[in-house]
Amino acid sequence: MATLELRNVNKSYGSGLADTLKNIELAIDSGEFLILVGPSGCGKSTLMNCIAGLEDISGGAILVDGADISGMSPKDRDIAMVFQSYALYPTMTVKDNIAFGLKMRKLPPAEIEAEVARVAKLLQIEHLLTRKPGQLSGGQQQRVAMGRALARRPKIYLFDEPLSNLDAKLRVEMRTEIKLMHQRLKTTTVYVTHDQIEAMTLGDKVAVMKDGIIQQFGTPQEIYNDPANQFVASFIGSPPMNFIPLRTQVRDGLCYGLLDSGQARCELPLGAAAELEGRELILGVRPEQIQLAGAAAALPSLRSEVEVVEPTGPDTLVFVSLNQTKVCCRLAPDAAPQAGASLDLQFDPARVLLFDAGSGERLRPGKRQATDNKVAQFKLG
Amino acid sequence: MNDVSVAQRRSSDVLLPPGEGGAKRRMRAVSLSRLAIHTTLVLACAVYLVPLLVMLLTSFKTPDDIRSGNLLSIPDVFTLIGWVKAWDGVGGYFWNSVKITIPAVLISTLLGALNGYVLAMWRFRGSQLFFGLLLFGCFLPFQVILLPASFTLGQLGLANTTEGLVLVHVVYGLAFTTLFFRNFYVSIPEALVRAARLDGAGFFTIFGRILLPMSVPIIMVCLIWQFTQIWNDFLFGVVFASGDTQPITVALNNLVNTSTGAKEYNVDMAAAMIAGLPTLLVYILAGKYFLRGLTAGSVKG
Repeated sequence: MATLELRNVNKSYGSGLADTLKNIELAIDSGEFLILVGPSGCGKSTLMNCIAGLEDISGGAILVDGADISGMSPKDRDIAMVFQSYALYPTMTVKDNIAFGLKMRKLPPAEIEAEVARVAKLLQIEHLLTRKPGQLSGGQQQRVAMGRALARRPKIYLFDEPLSNLDAKLRVEMRTEIKLMHQRLKTTTVYVTHDQIEAMTLGDKVAVMKDGIIQQFGTPQEIYNDPANQFVASFIGSPPMNFIPLRTQVRDGLCYGLLDSGQARCELPLGAAAELEGRELILGVRPEQIQLAGAAAALPSLRSEVEVVEPTGPDTLVFVSLNQTKVCCRLAPDAAPQAGASLDLQFDPARVLLFDAGSGERLRPGKRQATDNKVAQFKLG
Repeated sequence: MNDVSVAQRRSSDVLLPPGEGGAKRRMRAVSLSRLAIHTTLVLACAVYLVPLLVMLLTSFKTPDDIRSGNLLSIPDVFTLIGWVKAWDGVGGYFWNSVKITIPAVLISTLLGALNGYVLAMWRFRGSQLFFGLLLFGCFLPFQVILLPASFTLGQLGLANTTEGLVLVHVVYGLAFTTLFFRNFYVSIPEALVRAARLDGAGFFTIFGRILLPMSVPIIMVCLIWQFTQIWNDFLFGVVFASGDTQPITVALNNLVNTSTGAKEYNVDMAAAMIAGLPTLLVYILAGKYFLRGLTAGSVKG
């Protein structure tokens, strides 16, 4: 149980090279579950290694319970880590694997024995204790790796993509177990993943990283509903958010985006022209925000031709073209249309997002007054 | 199916296009090539084994028997007199070789393992360059280091001693043993070392408790390689040792090259067998690890 705070953490591997981590600032409370998520090479594993002490930071401070640990060696930090490859000691039995860290800390044998038994019971691996890692399945190895981390009751757990070597079914099971474990033990946890579903489902807080910079830090809901930029919006969510390039038109001090489905057109009020004029804009719409017309009578609809239909079971994904861009719509399975048919689609203009096409920055024009009477301005072409 | 294609098939007996009767012809072609391969192998085997056979047979013959019979004849009377005389001649030097070889093999293997561990798991600035330079040691001919080594041994006061010879063999062997262990350890995931560090293990604990127990195959390779090199060494032995400290290879040479008296071929052969037996024994005992270790590229853990 400990708080974790990163203050202006920097990491570079040499003066000529680009920084691996740039001004990382984040803080989590005791017992919180922090997710570091991002594409490969974004620096998330490096950041985790820095917290563990396996790599030194070039600047800044890492504070656990308010005390700077950045100069300490890994063994003194009281941090345990679960590795992607599990990193079980192949010549030792499961029991010795779990006990190794305790032996290194010179605990009395009776205590070690009791601790191993406790962890084995917790993870239901009692029957495996005498086996070697090579005789275990992937899921069992995963449990042992977690057991090794749990045995020391450290201040902070670090998980480095622990589920990525498991098959899809096991991954979902273990995900739930990790969440359950965390709910029970309430230990501060940092979890690295590139899987946005793990990020959404496990985290109390999520830090989305790219190129060594934290793009956004917040709760999963904030990240999902209110992304800071186009990268975050595209990275979180499956199927990903649709990005539709917009042509704009200014009328009476308001900026309108033009949508063209090939069969119909409409104007979308975006906000005050002063903030948007002269920019190239991208409209961000999540697939589930697009509905069949009629679900919300107040919103007008746009007739579009269905190009591809992908039934996934719980939903049916329908692809249409808006402004020559493929747009994914997540519809109820009973609505499943045929490819080539036409659908009347609608979405709430108040909930869509706007991005600058050049920088990818989120634009938040003062659009409330414009969209309050959206019905009148949502004009079919 | 014309004649040309059939002729082509016979000449290129493996790559046959599928067709009528093709399978049958392929079978015959394959078994013919099998026969050719096995004949070649048996012949090659004979080429290598006949000298050994001649040595063995000769070592059990009496001098008269050797002079009258041919090389491959069975001895008229089996006698151990050659072996006894040979042991009298080189036995003392046999123990010299043991005293040189065993410490040199163990020390160079242990140091090589430590070097490899550092070069693979604890990289430092310039460690790649260091490893590259160390590799030069593998390509240095023995002759090049004779003068500097004898000068160094003289300065250290180790000239003409067993310890001096051990030192030379350790230094010369380090390049090879380091190469073996380093290449073995780079195939082991670094996460193991990281996990152990987080568990609180230090540099030597990680080495002794985690990596060494995994290294059995490569240790075997190293032991065999170093044992063969050091036991069979002649040049270092003849240069850096004299008189009572000479290894068996030098003693064997002296025995065989004596120009006084009649040539006792049975003694020569027996002495050569005595000198060669230990390496043979090591191969037989640890040989199965040798191939396994050389091909060890991945460790399943």
